[in-house]
Amino acid sequence: MNLRALLFGVAASALWAGTAAAQTEIQWWHAMTGANNDVVVKLADDFNKSQKDYKIVVSYKGNYPDTMNAGIAAFRAGNAPHILQVFEVGTATMMAAKGAVKPVFELMKDAGEPFDPSSYLPAVTGYYSTVKGEMLSFPFNSSSTVMWYNKDAFKKAGLNPEVPPKTWPETFEAAKKLHASGYSTCGFATAWITWVNIEQFSVWHNVPIGTKANGIDGFDTELKINSPLHVRHLQNLVDLQKDKTFDYVGRTSTGEGRFTSGECPIMLTSSGFYGNVKANAKFAWANAPMPYYPDVAGAPQNSTLGGASLWVMGGKSAAEYKGVAKFFTFLSDVDRQAKLHTDSGYLPITKAAYEKVKASGFYKENPYLETPLLELTNKPPTENSKGLRFGNMVQMRDVWAEEIEAALSGQKTAQQALDAAVQRGNAMLRQFERTVTR
Amino acid sequence: MEKRAIFSGQTLPYLLLLPQLAITILFFYWPASQAVWQSFLIEDAFGTSTQFVWFENYQSLLGNPEYYKAMSVTALFSTLVTVFSLSIALLLAAMADRQIRGALAFRTLLIWPYAVAPAIAGVLWLFMFQPSLGMVAQLLRRYGVDWNPLLNGNHAMTLVVMAAVWKQVSYNFLFFLAGLAAIPRSVIEAAAIDGARPWRRFWTIVFPLLSPTTFFLLVVNITYVFFETFGIIDAVTQGGPSKETTTLVYKVFSDGRLGGDLGGSAAQSVILLAMVVALTAVQFRYIERKVTY
Repeated sequence: MNLRALLFGVAASALWAGTAAAQTEIQWWHAMTGANNDVVVKLADDFNKSQKDYKIVVSYKGNYPDTMNAGIAAFRAGNAPHILQVFEVGTATMMAAKGAVKPVFELMKDAGEPFDPSSYLPAVTGYYSTVKGEMLSFPFNSSSTVMWYNKDAFKKAGLNPEVPPKTWPETFEAAKKLHASGYSTCGFATAWITWVNIEQFSVWHNVPIGTKANGIDGFDTELKINSPLHVRHLQNLVDLQKDKTFDYVGRTSTGEGRFTSGECPIMLTSSGFYGNVKANAKFAWANAPMPYYPDVAGAPQNSTLGGASLWVMGGKSAAEYKGVAKFFTFLSDVDRQAKLHTDSGYLPITKAAYEKVKASGFYKENPYLETPLLELTNKPPTENSKGLRFGNMVQMRDVWAEEIEAALSGQKTAQQALDAAVQRGNAMLRQFERTVTR
Repeated sequence: MEKRAIFSGQTLPYLLLLPQLAITILFFYWPASQAVWQSFLIEDAFGTSTQFVWFENYQSLLGNPEYYKAMSVTALFSTLVTVFSLSIALLLAAMADRQIRGALAFRTLLIWPYAVAPAIAGVLWLFMFQPSLGMVAQLLRRYGVDWNPLLNGNHAMTLVVMAAVWKQVSYNFLFFLAGLAAIPRSVIEAAAIDGARPWRRFWTIVFPLLSPTTFFLLVVNITYVFFETFGIIDAVTQGGPSKETTTLVYKVFSDGRLGGDLGGSAAQSVILLAMVVALTAVQFRYIERKVTY
């Protein structure tokens, strides 16, 4: 390299540094991979191109627990990112960390950004809001539980593929027929065993998961998941597990592949499974709302969320917060939300975006994307169905899953397992209360 | 036979020791003391509120039946892994320690698994034994075995033990092979002339002479099982089903990292540290007496 080229390079990099310094940099740590990672990168790029004052820098930090831990560790070391993507079960931990996070409603007010909480879908934002309806974190990728089913398998078993089972008894009957027609290793299955069969199950039937509005009203909450209805449902699963009319496929999404491979003809899991089904299922498929027990008064109620939201970390400058607020306004834009929803399958977060997509007739051709929205907005949320907010929720799910596993493998009865889940879960809630209220 | 270097001053020997001391302090004593300190605290995940509580974390830990369950799982797991990995490695080494064609190639192949990271070893075994997709699992099912590590604790334990043993066998094999090579041929040949058969020669001559290696490997293997098998368990079972494969070190991870309970997790680390120190001390005190160097 000759001297001139070198000098040119130095000058160019000085110039670049100069422009970079004029921009306020905003760090966004996320946990998205594959197509969802592209969505994150594109959003940041679009925002960066739309204005000159702020620059969003995205970094992938591993899976959900990894990303959350990276954020916590960075906060302890004094260099937290501005925006941290946290999965829904981390909500209680995040909101308990006073001073570590900046609530979104406060951020928008301080920055003077136009922000009307009532323009957001309450079924989506309620999960991330206080009792008073103040939005704490900004919903990003939201989904709900739906029932995916294999239409070809339904035909083979003599079931009508256009009329999916509505109730749990109908689902069990369908699974038995499927099981008898050649699906002998798995009639139906549910991924995310606790999210589907305890959390969403309770909300959908309008029965409490815990006291204090499922923990939203206070940390001194106690679990209620050993009610007769919960025991009855688990007992049904235990009975059907014996000959694999129901088959347990694990605690997280890893068992979902057994639907796309054609092994399990019915799979209850996240509506976010859409992309995967579309890409990998080599059979006709559809989805339907979660089943319910018809003798439960008021069922079905409404469903709740899964997914993640964006938390704003504490201790940053006013200029940086201004940039974050501008970015959230950018994200809330009706056209952008509508496009995000139809491209990625994430639920829209504003009412206007939902109406716009509905009006465009998009759902006529893609009814699968509307199923979770219909579930979420089925009825106005009650105390029991606004959402849930328990401390130690990541580990709590493991504890619940352990007890369900013990019941499914015959070591405990359904009642014993759920009693133990409540007892052990309550101990964890007290532990969490002990750490946050000091 | 003692080797002694004579230094004229005080400075040089300390200076030469300094790098090693610095590394030990930085990477062992400092984090260990942090863990001890943390175990007396109750703190939220973000460290915004901290309270010193003396032994409260230890009390709640020792009053928790799950902790004792993790202890018994660890005892079972470490016994199985140590026994199997040592005996299989010894068998392989005894077989490989002969004049056979291509011995070098065999040895190299046997050493390979050691270069595989624990998590990858776990995933490898998981693929073979995954109930619906795994090749071995499908074979088992064809022969009527209802293989299901997702719900059956014994199956899950078998799976993690196999992965942990497979990974450790090559390391043990390497040391056993070196140990065997160091045994003087003349002793074995003399016994052979006296009419001792291979089986007897092995137990009366080779095995006792190999005891320093075996002892060293015993200590190393137990430490391995206690700490390094974490990656395998995390990749294969995540401690399930219903805590059947949650060992002490996995519990430290899940309470601290997934549960955000740093104090309780630190208390567990301290107890774990004390246990391994005690175990090693006992080994040196009692078993080493039987070792002939």
